[in-house]
Amino acid sequence: MADTTMAHFHGDPHHLRSLEGSGLAHSGPAAKRIVTGYGFWIFILSDMVMFSAFFATYAVLLGQTAGGPTGRDLFSLRNVAIETGLLLASSFTCGLASIAADFRSTIWFQIAMAVTCALGLGFLAIEAREFADLVARGAGPTRSAFLSAFFTLVGCHGLHVSAGILWLLTMMAQVFAKGFRADIQRRILCFALFWHALDIIWVAVFTVVYLLGSAK
Amino acid sequence: MSSGYDESTDNIDVAPGDEHLEAGSLAQRVGGYLVGLGLAILLTATSFFVAGTDLVWQPSIPVALVVLAIAQMGVHLVFFLHISTGADNTNNVLALAFGVLIVILLIGGSLWIMANLNHNMMPMDQLMQMQR
Repeated sequence: MADTTMAHFHGDPHHLRSLEGSGLAHSGPAAKRIVTGYGFWIFILSDMVMFSAFFATYAVLLGQTAGGPTGRDLFSLRNVAIETGLLLASSFTCGLASIAADFRSTIWFQIAMAVTCALGLGFLAIEAREFADLVARGAGPTRSAFLSAFFTLVGCHGLHVSAGILWLLTMMAQVFAKGFRADIQRRILCFALFWHALDIIWVAVFTVVYLLGSAK
Repeated sequence: MSSGYDESTDNIDVAPGDEHLEAGSLAQRVGGYLVGLGLAILLTATSFFVAGTDLVWQPSIPVALVVLAIAQMGVHLVFFLHISTGADNTNNVLALAFGVLIVILLIGGSLWIMANLNHNMMPMDQLMQMQR
């Protein structure tokens, strides 16, 4: 804000004001919210690059079952459908939470975040049960290269969701204690980016791992 | 916009995840998320249906699933992450394009190299016999 007023004060020697709206004008450094959000966007993209390495590993090791069970023998699509529904709904409520934060409605923000948290925990519970079930059936990560890659890829996504839930609870506490200050708003923006990105990665997971894995 | 952050009065760029400053009222913004949710549910349901059905020509199923997944990622990007084609979004889109390039190179390259190796490598049992 301060820089834009300054720029207007010093006149406009290069007639950049006429470019306004064309996206070419410059009025000093971008607002901190934009810089922070952009930096976090870069982090998310690098996280996706990391996930793509796990996806590549999984795709290469898909056939290396060492005589053990394949995906078709193991995966329950019903579970995956429930997990997908939970995560998609949590992405939606997370969007509602960021709208509530924009409108500075503490009550709706806390409600939407609490629902997001509950849905995320439901997702994690189903995933944990699936993993425990696989290990109990002798299909743990040590069984074959295929299962190692499977547990690494899906488990890494699960770890991200766990970290996201910790972050979510932190944001609820920070809004409770400090209100919607500008820095808290920036953290909420980054959290929402993170949570939506997790859902995008889950789309790739359920398609590549579960649907393609159990197709004939 | 009736809401506001104290800082983002600059209309040249918009932070990734933020809607455009003229995004509109509460109802319009919630409506945007509802449209995204509806499209995502539709695409997900189609994916699960296609994976389990016998109605579709079987060899086309993997391609269909991949296309549906990419479409759903696009829906998430547009309706949830608010990545748009507007001039205020150029930086975000360019970063995304670079990310997608690296992801394609990484996955495509790995699969290509490993398939090539598999093709050129002697079968394991023959290799074992030679070492005996």
